[in-house]
Amino acid sequence: MSAALTVGVRGIGVWAPAAPSWPALQALLAGIAPEPEVAPAARMLAPGERRRAPLSVRLAVEVAAQAVQASGLAAATLPTVFASAYGDSTITDELARTLASAPTQVSPTRFTHSVLNAAAGHWSMATGCHAASSAVCAGESTFAAGLLEAALQVVDSGHPLLFVASDIATIGALVDVAPATLSFACALVLAPTGAPRLRLRTRSAGARESLPRQLQAAAWYKQNPCARSLALLEALARGAPPRLRLALAPALTLDIEIEA
Amino acid sequence: MRVAAYTAPLTLAPDRMPRADHAPAITACTVTSALGVGRAAHREALAAGRGGLRPNDFTSAPLPCWIGRVAGLEDVPLPPPLARFDSRTHRLAWRALHADGFAAAVAAARARHGPARIACVLGTSTSSIGATEEAYARLEHGRMPADLRRSEIHHPHALAAFVSAALQLDGPTLTVSTACSSSAKVFAVGARLLRHGLADVVLVGGADSLCGSTLFGFNALELIAPEPCRPFDRGRRGLSIGEGAGFALLERADAASSAPRLLGCGESSDAHHLSAPHPEGLGARQAITMALTAAGLTPRDVDYLNLHGTASAQNDAVEAALVAAMFPRTLRASSSKGATGHTLGAAGIVEAVITLLALEHGLVPGTHGCRDPEPAIAAQLALAPESRLLRIALSASFGFGGNNACLAFAGAEAA
Repeated sequence: MSAALTVGVRGIGVWAPAAPSWPALQALLAGIAPEPEVAPAARMLAPGERRRAPLSVRLAVEVAAQAVQASGLAAATLPTVFASAYGDSTITDELARTLASAPTQVSPTRFTHSVLNAAAGHWSMATGCHAASSAVCAGESTFAAGLLEAALQVVDSGHPLLFVASDIATIGALVDVAPATLSFACALVLAPTGAPRLRLRTRSAGARESLPRQLQAAAWYKQNPCARSLALLEALARGAPPRLRLALAPALTLDIEIEA
Repeated sequence: MRVAAYTAPLTLAPDRMPRADHAPAITACTVTSALGVGRAAHREALAAGRGGLRPNDFTSAPLPCWIGRVAGLEDVPLPPPLARFDSRTHRLAWRALHADGFAAAVAAARARHGPARIACVLGTSTSSIGATEEAYARLEHGRMPADLRRSEIHHPHALAAFVSAALQLDGPTLTVSTACSSSAKVFAVGARLLRHGLADVVLVGGADSLCGSTLFGFNALELIAPEPCRPFDRGRRGLSIGEGAGFALLERADAASSAPRLLGCGESSDAHHLSAPHPEGLGARQAITMALTAAGLTPRDVDYLNLHGTASAQNDAVEAALVAAMFPRTLRASSSKGATGHTLGAAGIVEAVITLLALEHGLVPGTHGCRDPEPAIAAQLALAPESRLLRIALSASFGFGGNNACLAFAGAEAA
């Protein structure tokens, strides 16, 4: 087992189909009726950028803005780690279709947005942030591996950081091989100080992952790689359980202790 | 090594890297590109000033341009136990892993530390998207054909999952996908994992193979040259796309006191444009400055700089002006993309290994394809290969999304 990385959670953002914010998710987890679905607004983006930005970017920017606002920290000062298991599968689908039929017709705007760090790039422009930004993934363990990388950066640098995990629903022929049946995103502003605190350790052996308990959350968990964050989000909302386990790799888990 | 008080204005805290005696050791490395398979092939080609580009013969309707293609990937599938991972990118990675005794070095590290103590952090821009393109070209009633309907290949983490599985590594596994800085940034992740005890050895590197998306995508952006690319040449006409893979093992310094070192990493964002560099190279300057600061170096200490040098009109103009402003005229600098093509997500590792080869052999690679250099950088730019003692070298990588990274290395003797 590794030494613990300890970070404080300073702000949380969420977008789920019937819970477009962290307060809305907390209400839903407490048994209050879900909210009607609203598209991620992504008001941080300039109007022109918002029109051009694909859903994957708007989704990530929306939860990022929520979390940073809740933290009270200045977005321009925060390094970022954007995690997404599949990137923008709508663009992958469109690019692959175009390449199969009329390859010289590939759209330059779509190609530019096909990189996994498109959301990170848009966010840095919208916030004027010159700090390091990364775009990472780890398949179905994308949330856990991204959280570990984000916490490691915070502990290493002593600076707060914005961590975003988001995936949109996949479409077309990708549904068989990159399964996400709904869009889901969350963001955490992590810092060396602040509460609640997360103590993260890696542990060998494939112990079973902690699952969210609430019915809707348990259903979402299976529908999007980034919804594997829901066990943690539920524990943060309820103040319990104090210990969780997420899968990092086939034979490695991320053990999380939560201190209020 | 000299540790100078560097006082350039910094708006960001540098990545905190220990001094040279604690900087991670690079205990093994390898590279495969259009120049060949392994370090010896690269050293020979670079020393001879030989390029690896050829007329584009990739895809069913090739664009009129030049590419850096690794020969023979079509002919050798992955071995049967790994067949579910088979793709051009994974064949390329497999070939690279077996050059220079690299897989054996990983196996030895695995035996020494146990599989759970070896992390795998790889960079890629397009992963195995070429396989996704092939599947879409053969859709059956809207579904991928059965032979390509494999979840192991159609997502950006496929490469790291494949390498972890193939080498039986059980430590933390992560993909960094920040376009053309991807496999440079993995060094920063690896150094952090070592520093905080999450691994004893980190396999870093990356791979990107030729595919329709990048050839036709850069073509749509009007960035592809119709000729072999000419980095920093005043008459340059754009990029040549290449494919490549490379890997390195990072270990704590006490594991190998005579190995070359990773002295520092710098990472920054332009916050300017998704596909064009900041006009004054603001983010690039920050990344280079951060790498120097983390390494305890000043620009005067740098013997060789491997430039990003894509041969696009904008990148090379901005980078030439920046390097001229930041570094003394005695610096030796070059771009290897005229020889390898732009290997995109693999460029960071391909050029890091070329930089390590430069340090090891006292070889300043030339800037293949450049005949009439941008005046700003003409004094510093090596057009032909040069032989001289090199102790400290940088490798710079700048990507889409304004994502910048710079790595500082010390050769074995200088460490």
